[in-house]
Amino acid sequence: MDQVSKNSSEYLINRKDNQYEVVIGLEVHAQVLSESKLFSASATKFGAEPNTQVSLVDAAFPGMLPVINEFCVKQAIKTGIGLNAKINKRSVFDRKNYFYADLPQGYQISQFKDPIVGEGKVILDMPNGQKEIGIERLHLEQDAGKSIHDLDPQNTFVDLNRSGVALMEIVSKPDLRSPDEVSAYIKKLRSIMRYLGTCDGNMQEGSLRADVNVSVRAKGSKEFGTRCEIKNVNSIKFMQMAIEFEANRQVDLIEEGKSIDQETRLFDTKRNETRSMRSKEDAHDYRYFPDPDLLPLEVSDEFINELKNKIPELPDDKKKRFIDEFKLSPYEATILVSDIDTAKYFEEVVAKMGKKKDMKLAVNWITGELFSVLNNKNLEISQSPVSAKNLAILVNLIKNGTISGKIAKTVFELMLNGDKDPQIIVEEKGLKQQSDPKAIEALIDKIINDNREKAIEYKQGKEKLFGFFVGQAMKASGGKANPQLINEILKKKLQ
Amino acid sequence: MSDITKQSLTELVDNIKNKKLSSLDVTKAFIERSEKSKELNVYITNDFTSALDKAKKFDQKPNLNLKLPGIPMAVKDLFCTKDVKTTAGSKILNNFVPTYESTVTENIWNEGAILLGKLNCDEFAMGSSNETSFFGNVQNPIDKDLVPGGSSGGSASAVAGQLTPITIGTDTGGSIRQPASFTGTVGLKPTYGSCSRYGIVAFASSLDQAGPMAQNVKDCALLQEVISTYDSKDSTSVDFKRNQYSKELTNNINGKKIGIPKEYRVDGMPKEIEDLWQKGIQYVKDCGAETIDISLPHTSYALPTYYIVAPAEASSNLARYDGVKYGFRAKGENLIDMYEKTRSEGFGAEVQRRIMIGTYVLSSGYYDAYYLKAQKVRKLIKNDFDEAYKKVDAILTPSTPSSAFKIGEKTNDPVSMYLNDIFTVPVNLAGLPGISIPAGHDSKGYPLGLQIIGKAFDEQNILNIAYAIEEKIDFKNKITDWWIK
Repeated sequence: MDQVSKNSSEYLINRKDNQYEVVIGLEVHAQVLSESKLFSASATKFGAEPNTQVSLVDAAFPGMLPVINEFCVKQAIKTGIGLNAKINKRSVFDRKNYFYADLPQGYQISQFKDPIVGEGKVILDMPNGQKEIGIERLHLEQDAGKSIHDLDPQNTFVDLNRSGVALMEIVSKPDLRSPDEVSAYIKKLRSIMRYLGTCDGNMQEGSLRADVNVSVRAKGSKEFGTRCEIKNVNSIKFMQMAIEFEANRQVDLIEEGKSIDQETRLFDTKRNETRSMRSKEDAHDYRYFPDPDLLPLEVSDEFINELKNKIPELPDDKKKRFIDEFKLSPYEATILVSDIDTAKYFEEVVAKMGKKKDMKLAVNWITGELFSVLNNKNLEISQSPVSAKNLAILVNLIKNGTISGKIAKTVFELMLNGDKDPQIIVEEKGLKQQSDPKAIEALIDKIINDNREKAIEYKQGKEKLFGFFVGQAMKASGGKANPQLINEILKKKLQ
Repeated sequence: MSDITKQSLTELVDNIKNKKLSSLDVTKAFIERSEKSKELNVYITNDFTSALDKAKKFDQKPNLNLKLPGIPMAVKDLFCTKDVKTTAGSKILNNFVPTYESTVTENIWNEGAILLGKLNCDEFAMGSSNETSFFGNVQNPIDKDLVPGGSSGGSASAVAGQLTPITIGTDTGGSIRQPASFTGTVGLKPTYGSCSRYGIVAFASSLDQAGPMAQNVKDCALLQEVISTYDSKDSTSVDFKRNQYSKELTNNINGKKIGIPKEYRVDGMPKEIEDLWQKGIQYVKDCGAETIDISLPHTSYALPTYYIVAPAEASSNLARYDGVKYGFRAKGENLIDMYEKTRSEGFGAEVQRRIMIGTYVLSSGYYDAYYLKAQKVRKLIKNDFDEAYKKVDAILTPSTPSSAFKIGEKTNDPVSMYLNDIFTVPVNLAGLPGISIPAGHDSKGYPLGLQIIGKAFDEQNILNIAYAIEEKIDFKNKITDWWIK
C-alpha cells in the first residue's frame, strides 16, 4: 500500500531524490508575572533606571541568602496546570555555576534534576487539524543582569535590574515539525499564560524568548539527527527564519556527505543566518549541585488543589464553549479565544447584546471591521477605540433593522472618534433606515417613471438592469432605504 | 578595678546591673588590655573609639533589663557589621564595608552589647591554625609561637587572653571547638539551623554555623540564648522552641546516658588524649551519669566526606568574589584576565586549593564519584548518630587528637592539618550541636578539650553536661601574659 501523506501542509526540505523532515524542540524562557523577584523583594518593573531595582541579595553581597518568593511558586504551578502537566510536590533548586559580569553570584539558581513541573501537553490548532505537543518539564530559575557593551569603547556596563527576576523555562519534547508549528506553539503558550496571568508574553520586552533545537532526518526515519541549539531568539518571525536557515544548512551538510556537529549557534537577524557560538567540546561545565542555601521546595496537595480551583477557563475550553453556545465555526472560535483580551471583548459584546443565540454578525464585525482598524492603527484590542459596549449596540441596530449593514459601516467610522454611542450618531446624522413600504414604493414609482426605457429593456430580458434600479433607489433615499424592501418592491413593480 | 578583664561575662553583667561597674569602666579595661596585646594579632579592625562612645551613651541611659547590658565584645571578622570593615581574613575583601548587619550580631547589639572590633580568622574560615589569614597569624596566649587553632583563632585567643569577655565564632568543621580546645576556652557549635547564617560570609552553607566562645559554660549558655533566633531571611533557619539556656542551666545530670564511641580511638592518638578521655568518662560517672559504649561505624569516612562537601560548596560560594561589584580588583586586559588576576592575587593558597578541589569534585564526570557519593556517606554518618541516640542522650569524645602545635609546624602538610578536625567534622556533617570544654593539660602544659555531642536542638542538655563536668574538673587556664611587656 502506498503511504500518501494526507497532510498537505507537511514541511519537508527537498533535495534531488531526498526529502528531509525537520525536528524542533523549544526551551521557552517566560518571565513570571510578579511584582518582586524569585529570591528577593526587589521590584521587577520593565524600563526602570539601571540598577534601581537591585537588593543586596540580587547583587550577591557577602552573607546574603536567597528566600523563595511564594507567589512565583504559585505562578509556576498555575502554568503547569495550564499545560496539563504533572505538578511535582517536591522540587530542588540547583546552582548552575559560571562566571560572567552580569551574573553577580557566579551561579544561577535554577532547577536541574527535580523541576517543579513535569510532563504535560498543549494542543495546537493547525489548518489541517489539531496537533499535540508534549511538554518535557517546566522549571523556575533566576534571570541574569544585562551587560551593555555599546556605551563606552573600553568598558562594559552592567545593569542588575533583571538579575534575580523569576523565569519559567518550559521545555517541549521534540514534537514540532515546521516553522508554522513553532509559531502556533509559541502563540498557544503565550495565550495560556496570559489567560492565567502568569506571564505577559511581551516578546519586545524580552518576557518571552526561546532557545530553538533543530535537527533534520530523512523523511520516514525514526532516528533523530544531530541537533544544534540556536540561543535566545526573541521573536516568532526570527525563530521561523532561524529554523528555515538552520534546517537547510544541516540538509546541505548531509547531502555533501558531511556530518553535523552538535553545537550552540547564534541567529544573526541582519544576515538571516545562524553562526556557531561554541561546540560541544567547548560547552560550559556548569557544575550543577543542589543549592545548600535553600531547602527542597515542598508543596502539599491542598496547596496545589487550591490553585487548581482558581484556574480560569482556558483557551481550549473557551473555544469549545463558544462553538457550542454561539454556533461559531472552529475557525472563528479559535480566532476569538487565541488572545485573552479578544475573548474578553467578545464576551462583553455578548453580554451587552443580551441575546446569546446568533453571534455570527458580532463575530464578523469583530474579526472584520474592528480587527482591520486595530491593524491599521497598530493597536491591541485592549486599546480599541470602540468599546465592546458600543460595538454591541451597533450590531443590535443592524439586527433590529434600524440601520443597514452599509450605513453601519459609516456609523462605525464615526464611532472611531471618541467611542461615541452609535444610537446617538444615527439620531444626529439622521441615518435611520427607511422601512416604510409606502414611502419606498413612492420613491420607486418615481424612478421607474423617470427611466421608462430602461424599465422596458429590463422587462424584455436585460436583467442586469435590476441592479441599476436598486442603486437609483438607494441613492434617492440617501442610502437609508431598507435594501430588502427595495428589492421586494422593485421586483413587484418591474414584473 | 584592675581585674575587670579577668571577670567572666556573668560577673560583668552582674556588676553592671548592680552598678558596681559602668559600661565605660568595662569597655575601657578591655580596650586598654587589647592595646597592650598587639603581639597576639587578634584584631583585624578595631572599633575602640566608637565603642567608648557607645559605652558612654549606654551609661547615660542604662537599660539594665538587657541580657548583655553595656558589655563590650569583639567578634570574628566573618560576621558582616554595618559600617565596620568586614574582611573574612582575605585580601579580596580588604576594603569591604558592609551596609548591613548579620542577624547574629544584630541580636547581640539588641541585647545591649558594644562592638570592640573584628577578630582575625583563617581566610574565609578555611584553616585549623589561623595561619591562612591575609592579616597574619594569631598568637596563642598559652605560649609564644603556638597556634590558637582555627579558623576562629582570633576569637579563641581574644577570649583566652582576656581581650574580650566573650565572643562569637563560626564552625564549619570544628572552627569553634578546635581553637577553644587549643586555648583552654569553651566553644559551642549549635545545631545547624539554630543560629541564622544571614550576614555571615559563607564558607560551606550546609555546614556553617555561628556559636559562642567563652571562658566558662554559663557565659556560653547566656550568649547562645542571645544569638539563637529563628530568622526568615535564612531559609535553613529552624523555628523550634528555644530554651532560656543560661536560666535553665543545671549541673544535675543524674541518670543521663553518655555514649563513648569506640571509633574515636584513632591510630596514633597520643596517650595524653586517651587519658583525658578516660578522666572525662570518670567525671560524668561521678556526676551520676551512666556511660555506654557505642559505635559510630562510618566515622573514618567523615574527614574525606567533609573535604569533598565543604570545598564543593565553597568553590561556588566564593565565585561572587570576582572583582566586579566590591572588594579587591586587579587590572586585566579583558574580563577573563581581570577575573584570573583578581582571584589569583586576592585569594591565598589554602582558599585557592579548596576552590580547585571543589571545582574538581563538582565537574561533570566526577560529580557522581565524589560529590554525590559524599552526600550519601554524609547520610550514613547522620544515621550513625540517629542510631546511637536511640540508646544515649549525648556523646563524649576528645575535641582534638592533639594539643596546640607550633606556628609553621603543619603549614606545608595540608593533610596533617586537616586531621586536626577528625573529631569535630562528623558533628557538622550530621548537623548536630557540639561543645568543647577545657579538661586538662598535656605534658607541655597546653590545654586539652573534651567534646560533648548532643541530639539536634538539644543544646540545653550538652550545656548541662558541660556545666557538670566543668565543676568537677575545676580547670584553670595558665595565662602568663607573656606578650605584655
